[in-house]
Amino acid sequence: MAKVIEGLYYSESHEYVRVEGEYGYVGITDYAQSQLGNVVYVDMPEEDDEVTAGEEFGAVESVKAASDLFSPVSGTVVEVNSALEDEPELINQDAFENWIMKVRLSDSSELENLLDAEAYAKICE
Amino acid sequence: MSDKRTCLYERHLELKAKMVSFGGFEMPIQYSDIADEHNAVRKACGVFDVSHMGEVLVEGREAERFVQHIFTNDVAGAPEGKIFYGMMLHPHGGTVDDLLVYKESDERFFLVINAANIDKDYAWIEEQAAGFDVKTENQSEYYGQLAVQGPKAEEVVEKVLGLPCQELVFYTFKKLDVDGETIILSRTGYTGEDGFEIYGSHAFTQRSWDKLMASGEAKPCGLGCRDTLRFEVGLPLYGDELTDDLSPLEAGLGMFAKLDKEEFIGKEALLRQKAEGLTRKIVGIELEGRAIPRHGYDVVVGDEVVGTVTTGYNSISTGKSVCMALVDIAYAKLGTPVQVRIHRKLHNGVVTKKRFYDKSYKK
Repeated sequence: MAKVIEGLYYSESHEYVRVEGEYGYVGITDYAQSQLGNVVYVDMPEEDDEVTAGEEFGAVESVKAASDLFSPVSGTVVEVNSALEDEPELINQDAFENWIMKVRLSDSSELENLLDAEAYAKICE
Repeated sequence: MSDKRTCLYERHLELKAKMVSFGGFEMPIQYSDIADEHNAVRKACGVFDVSHMGEVLVEGREAERFVQHIFTNDVAGAPEGKIFYGMMLHPHGGTVDDLLVYKESDERFFLVINAANIDKDYAWIEEQAAGFDVKTENQSEYYGQLAVQGPKAEEVVEKVLGLPCQELVFYTFKKLDVDGETIILSRTGYTGEDGFEIYGSHAFTQRSWDKLMASGEAKPCGLGCRDTLRFEVGLPLYGDELTDDLSPLEAGLGMFAKLDKEEFIGKEALLRQKAEGLTRKIVGIELEGRAIPRHGYDVVVGDEVVGTVTTGYNSISTGKSVCMALVDIAYAKLGTPVQVRIHRKLHNGVVTKKRFYDKSYKK
């Protein structure tokens, strides 16, 4: 059974955002990593890249396939999780701890379009 | 059209394999994890259901002459029990399929072809057979096939399956009578490791699979690691590195097309390619970093797209991101700097040999 954490915002394409002040930490959910299997590469954006809600910002890859990542929020990338460059498997170990990018949110009202933990848990059933 | 199932289909489901469509069959891509299965074959022993592969028997007074006509390798005068790898070609030099030819006798040859090409190949073979004193038979529905691969394969085939195989030399086969039927045991494979391919009835294949599973000595392996294993040692997959449009010379497999042979379909085209010089070639590319080049991605030099990735992975055995790619001949030389477009970015790489990991065959 995949883990879902209270207090985060979720997209239907299985990304989450943890909001802290004006920043959002974006990653893939535990359900997504379990479906994907062993992550062998994370294609991340670069600092200062602009991301747009609903648009692609990178990919997570298993041995066999690449899955595009869609940003749940709009804003500017202020940091990427560089630990994932050498240890992409951290995502399998703890997907919620190992976020992929930190974004300065440009429009916090977008969060209203995302799912809460309860609603997200339903689509993982 | 719905996919066919092999005689081990139910067993794959029981093992909770992830099933995918491949070559017109519903096949297991992985049982547990591709890397674990891959490593089992490199270090110990794995077993693959390869019952989807096709088998065609060529029999008759002119069997050898016919095989020489449709096959690029040279089987003339070969000893019985010998196996050859090669291609069947279109007159223009493109590849109909790559295959194994098992010589049973001067008048009897057994051809093993790719699952996805069974119908195309058999129609093509029958068409070429007009005018030859041969009979052809598509036996693909009859045969199941297991591939037992890895450094411990010999021990497993001897002890678990009870099939004597120690003395069998690489790329030879023998027929054995087992439980009232004749099976074919050959020392061949598609992993770069020592191993065996075993052809028999569905019932025999099922019994053998069950013995292997009960023993715990052979890990069930899916097509996912079959691809990563063959790729690392530079073996081509039809559809990626060989196509109707690509010749064995372009694929870098010229050693299996014997141009000194009197005649075979496509020979003139290969001679012409050789005389005029190739315009493109399959090469290896090693990338900096871990980004994964995949089938269809562009190979770029400067502002120009100079090729396409045919197969690529982050190599499980070496950890490097590597691929095979079809590139313009101007960029095919070893050491040429190239880039591969992966998602939105260009990644630096260099042209290398196609072999990213050394084979360990038992010769």
